[in-house]
Amino acid sequence: MSAGLLFASVGVILFALGVAGVLLLGHLLRRILAFNVMGSGAFLVLVGLAQRNGIADPVPQAMVLTGIVVAVAATALALALVRRLYVLTGKIELPQDDEG
Amino acid sequence: MKRLLVVLGAACFVVLLIGAMLDLAPASIALHAAVSANLPSSGVEHPVTAVLLNFRGYDTLLEIAVLLLALIVILAIGIDSTTDVRPAASPVLQALARLAAPLMIVVAVYLLWVGAFRPGGAFQAGAVLAAAAVLLHLAELLPGWQSPGLRLRLGLAGGFLIFLAVAAGLLFQGALLEYPPEQAGWMILLIESGLTVSLGLILAGLFLLLSRDDGDRS
Repeated sequence: MSAGLLFASVGVILFALGVAGVLLLGHLLRRILAFNVMGSGAFLVLVGLAQRNGIADPVPQAMVLTGIVVAVAATALALALVRRLYVLTGKIELPQDDEG
Repeated sequence: MKRLLVVLGAACFVVLLIGAMLDLAPASIALHAAVSANLPSSGVEHPVTAVLLNFRGYDTLLEIAVLLLALIVILAIGIDSTTDVRPAASPVLQALARLAAPLMIVVAVYLLWVGAFRPGGAFQAGAVLAAAAVLLHLAELLPGWQSPGLRLRLGLAGGFLIFLAVAAGLLFQGALLEYPPEQAGWMILLIESGLTVSLGLILAGLFLLLSRDDGDRS
């Protein structure tokens, strides 16, 4: 197993952890963090798989750099929405819907 | 029950995907060969910068647009000021921030310049600039932003506008963002300089606009 494949495998594990976190956690701040873990996993898979033969490929690296910046923007937007929700309802959780 | 299902599902996903990756055929397209073949005509010497600003400049243009959009949406949501009382910054932190901020600006300029031939570039430089602003804010040397004035708005949008102007100007010569090889170098440096300032301001704004409080309202 090359270093690239190892990175990609760790990325898959991070992604799965993130998905489980988004589905299971109630607190929205934790959910945003889980979403970020998910994103980091996806980036690691992209970069890791691209260099699994030992040759670094600049195209996926540039794409991941773009992705990281967009993820930062999305996280800030999510935090702003959470703060707005907190001001309006006093809770940092989404309201539970009872069977539809 | 739901917890068990999710954990089982995630574990199956991990096992299946890693198994698939282990016997993945080698990629049929070698992009790194194409990048290094075209590197001399790109105007820069570092392959990642060449991909970001020349071969796939379109992505970077849209990326800065997305960042700007996120900031505009945050402004549109209208953040209510909080009434939390933050502990006063310690004099040690303030002295350190005063020392570090000028150094961080130098590092940002270095990263911008070095991006042409080594790892670095506008995004890293912008991130360092934004970190300097956040550090100064946390040390209470820089107040949070209430609403951006004209100059700040120009700074926030400037990088995107310069990029867009260059892209539109190049449209007359054929394709979007297809630099002529002999002028590509300074065009990329111009775009990157604009991007650095705007990215620094936007990333700092994402923090400073969110963290304004009653104490800043004067």
